[in-house]
Amino acid sequence: MSWILPSSASTFAGDIDFLYYVILVITGIAFVVVEAGLVLFMIKYRARPGRKAQYIEGSTKAEVIWTAIPAVTVVIIGLMSGGVWNTVKGRNSIPDNAIPHRVDVRQFEWDFVYRGADGQLGTGDDFTVRNQLHIPVNQPVALQLNAEDVIHSFFVPAFRVKQDAVPGMAINTWFEATEVGEYEIACAELCGLGHYRMRAMVTVHSAEDYQQWLADRIAAAEEE
Amino acid sequence: MRRLGVTSCLFAFLACGGGDGGSGGGGGGGGAAAAPLGNSSITGVIEFTGAVPANPAIDMAEEAACAEKHSNGPTDPIVSVTDGNLANVFLRVTGGLPAGPYPMPAAAATIDQDGCLYSPRVVGVMVGQDLEISNSDPVLHNIKAVPTENRGFNISQPRAGMTSTRSFNTAEIMVPLECNVHGWMNAYVGVVEHPYFAVSGADGSFTISGLPAGTYQVEAWHETLGTQSGEATVAADGSATLNFTFGG
Amino acid sequence: MATSAVSLEPAAHTEAHELSFLRKYIFSTDHKIIGVQFLLMSWVFLVFGGLMAMMIRWQLGFPDRALPGGQLLPETMAPGGILLPEFYNSLVTMHGTIMVFFAIMPLLVGVFGNFLIPLKIGAPDMAFPRLNMASFWIAVPAGILMMAGFFVEGGHSGAGWTQYAPLSSDPQWTGVSAGQQIWLLSIAILGLASILGATNYITTVVNLRAPGMTWFRLPLSIWALFITAILVLLAIPILSGAAIMLFFDQTIGTHFFDWTDGGQPILWQHLFWYFGHPEVYILILPAMGMVSDIIANGSRKPVFGYHSMVFAIIGIAFLGWIVWGHHMFQSGMNPTLGMTFMISTLLIAVPSAIKTFNWMGTMWRGSIRFHVPMLHAVGFVAMFVIGGLSGVFMATTPVDIYIHDTYFIVAHIHYVLFGGSLFAIFAAVTYWYPKMFGRMMNPTLGMVHFWLTFIFYNLTFFPMHNLGVYGHMRRIYDPSQYEFLQPLAPLNKFITISALLLMLVQLPFVVNFVMSWFKGEKASDNPWEANGLEWSVPSPPPHGNFAEVPTVYRGPYEYSSPLVEEDFLPQTRKLSSDVDPAAAGA
Repeated sequence: MSWILPSSASTFAGDIDFLYYVILVITGIAFVVVEAGLVLFMIKYRARPGRKAQYIEGSTKAEVIWTAIPAVTVVIIGLMSGGVWNTVKGRNSIPDNAIPHRVDVRQFEWDFVYRGADGQLGTGDDFTVRNQLHIPVNQPVALQLNAEDVIHSFFVPAFRVKQDAVPGMAINTWFEATEVGEYEIACAELCGLGHYRMRAMVTVHSAEDYQQWLADRIAAAEEE
Repeated sequence: MRRLGVTSCLFAFLACGGGDGGSGGGGGGGGAAAAPLGNSSITGVIEFTGAVPANPAIDMAEEAACAEKHSNGPTDPIVSVTDGNLANVFLRVTGGLPAGPYPMPAAAATIDQDGCLYSPRVVGVMVGQDLEISNSDPVLHNIKAVPTENRGFNISQPRAGMTSTRSFNTAEIMVPLECNVHGWMNAYVGVVEHPYFAVSGADGSFTISGLPAGTYQVEAWHETLGTQSGEATVAADGSATLNFTFGG
Repeated sequence: MATSAVSLEPAAHTEAHELSFLRKYIFSTDHKIIGVQFLLMSWVFLVFGGLMAMMIRWQLGFPDRALPGGQLLPETMAPGGILLPEFYNSLVTMHGTIMVFFAIMPLLVGVFGNFLIPLKIGAPDMAFPRLNMASFWIAVPAGILMMAGFFVEGGHSGAGWTQYAPLSSDPQWTGVSAGQQIWLLSIAILGLASILGATNYITTVVNLRAPGMTWFRLPLSIWALFITAILVLLAIPILSGAAIMLFFDQTIGTHFFDWTDGGQPILWQHLFWYFGHPEVYILILPAMGMVSDIIANGSRKPVFGYHSMVFAIIGIAFLGWIVWGHHMFQSGMNPTLGMTFMISTLLIAVPSAIKTFNWMGTMWRGSIRFHVPMLHAVGFVAMFVIGGLSGVFMATTPVDIYIHDTYFIVAHIHYVLFGGSLFAIFAAVTYWYPKMFGRMMNPTLGMVHFWLTFIFYNLTFFPMHNLGVYGHMRRIYDPSQYEFLQPLAPLNKFITISALLLMLVQLPFVVNFVMSWFKGEKASDNPWEANGLEWSVPSPPPHGNFAEVPTVYRGPYEYSSPLVEEDFLPQTRKLSSDVDPAAAGA
């Protein structure tokens, strides 16, 4: 049992994790104050013979304090979050140099569509790899999620990215991997009886390996 | 754990009260006890001429348990030709039969999921006959029937060794089966009012048996190569040959 | 003048005592009987919902083992005792549906709304007793219909209790058609019961308060039930309408949520959560109100800051009604809206904090009696705080990206609905049991039940936070399919065993509830030495409740008042300094 987030591998994961830890500390303090207070009061003010409770109806001063402290705290959390939210999900957040992919999502598969030799998405030489996304390290990747049947959700825990794919809406999301390796992609929105197995892999290559992989695939696609 | 047992039983009791909710009722079948109408048969071979189209390769990399069942790279056996003979053609009598009722085949039809492919790919059932669907793969398969005339179903088999039984109550050529976990998996079920149907084997041969003497129209169906019709006359206790030729 | 006392003549009710068994206990119009009927109905559904949870937990803890006793389930649910994924999805859907709509909501609103409102405001019955009876007898068939969905061809709805379209709108994606339609019909029918009940509560509180029962002399439980009834009227019709739209999409070919024909799947989410978030507060506000009553009684002190407690209830209700979008941060909704909903959601922390600290303030310098209701009430505060604090994580949009649809959410809702609502329900049932049945519950069994529940509850649900922190998705049938979830298998087993024990330790409560009904010690009129009007009449109160219209002289929380020797001062007790409200008004 741990409250530590698992290791991350994307550019904005650090910001999200930082916010998580800030909230963990704040709520941790509130948790300890309330629970310890309850235990303390239960012990200290338990009924004993010959002692009557003190007739107190309230205290405006105390109530102002415990209204103001949470109010200020949540406003600060809100302000800290705004920027990160915009970086990840804002309307114009996708970097210009991102590698575009289309992802055709259906029960219970992810079809990742890659640009072909012409470097353009949406042309005849695009090629598709089922359940496998190959990307270079340290370069942003933009995904256009096209659900074909029901709602799915693209989730890469290591990248701290999650975005629903809704049929009828072409939803864009992006991330930039910072470490070479293989990471699991999960479907996070209940999508039917195979939901629990709607798993795919993202492989993060070094820049050279990625070029090699891409060249091989393009060559293979042209052969067919 | 005792409590769990008791509580599950309570739940199960309720569940059992509701019946199986499974297979549809028997259709035009005359029941298992009915005797065959005759002893004649139509046999033949499906030939394939021309260039055999290449079947697409399947990328099973994500499903190691299935990939290892295919020694030299799995392909999708859409057009399956061996020595010039075409398999997976569905044949059935479409005309010339006496009025029913017809005898129900004694055994259930079976279809297996093996190596993330359906085996056989094409199967015939009589209306009301059981279709046993089994899973030989240690992975999840779902079986989604997408009929136009019958009621569809969508069931799953998360482990090896599972079997589900379903049936159809209206004739339909063909009911597609698909697996959504493995999008390449396709099978076709021919649902016929009578038991006079067959599927060509790997050697292209087929036999429709149990017929009374008469002249029959026979239709041959292939998933991509279309349909063909033929006619054959059989004497009592006799056999007639009817061959079909499909081209690429 | 603040008091509006349109008092029905109690004599008219007491005359009608020659009722048949059927009219008295089955088709009764007596609010107390209807409350008890709702209680018994909800207990049954609570057990059903709990059994479903056990099956879900078994699958998650032991994904490769057959469910004990599962061989008895039909082949379409669990061949060889192994749950099928589609049946698992139905269980997940129905656990949520049953618990929310047929257990917690009727327990809070149906049981205590009915039982407490007339008794606590000094009225002989509800404003519309027959409507009240209709409300119960509409809820029962809705519940039976909902359970029947398990037994139809194709199985029960497997689209989650949130019923997201298109998974719910088109049978080809799930293989479920009849079960899905049954779900929608049952919810639409139940909605009618809720709307009737809420109308009745609002009318009763507004019109039938006894002389002297001003708005700010109302107990917080009644305030909470009153505000809840308003929320019900704002929220439930939206759900009913949406359910009917979805039903039409399923049956007569409309395209409200069908994206291939101009519909919009996200519309369902907006409609559902426009109902669904107020629903969360429908499920917690009455709990907060009743816990306030019980903590004041147990602490022998007035509720700390009564007025701000009232305004906090109203504030939570209002905010709860404009934050539905926080369920949809990752849905593809305009990200700018995400910011708006984040701020309104975070602001709920403010009234929630006021309530929490005021409960602590109530205990501060009190003289705390640890009767069973008080234990559950303090347990409620301790657990609700965790549910509230975990809410801050998901309200914060960037953190929600990661924890959305994970077990962190599952932990959160169970800290609110079980740690919060259900502990409050245990507090309220044990507190008002003597008034309902005229007998005391066994305090020893009550203590045993509380402590075992408290321990196993936390062992079950607290580790779910940790699953969520690791990214464990919710609603998945077999976590072992993901490499990154495999290290969590021991934790999943631990949670499952804790959950099974949690179910088991409800047994003392069941025994206590049933045995005390027949063999419990006879209850006096006021066993807890409380101030409310319900404690001024016999236990159980007669038909018509009050022999004569009560007069109210003060608020409900005058514990340890310096004016009297005892440490409680009932609302109806007239001191020499008190002025008759009628005289004051003249």
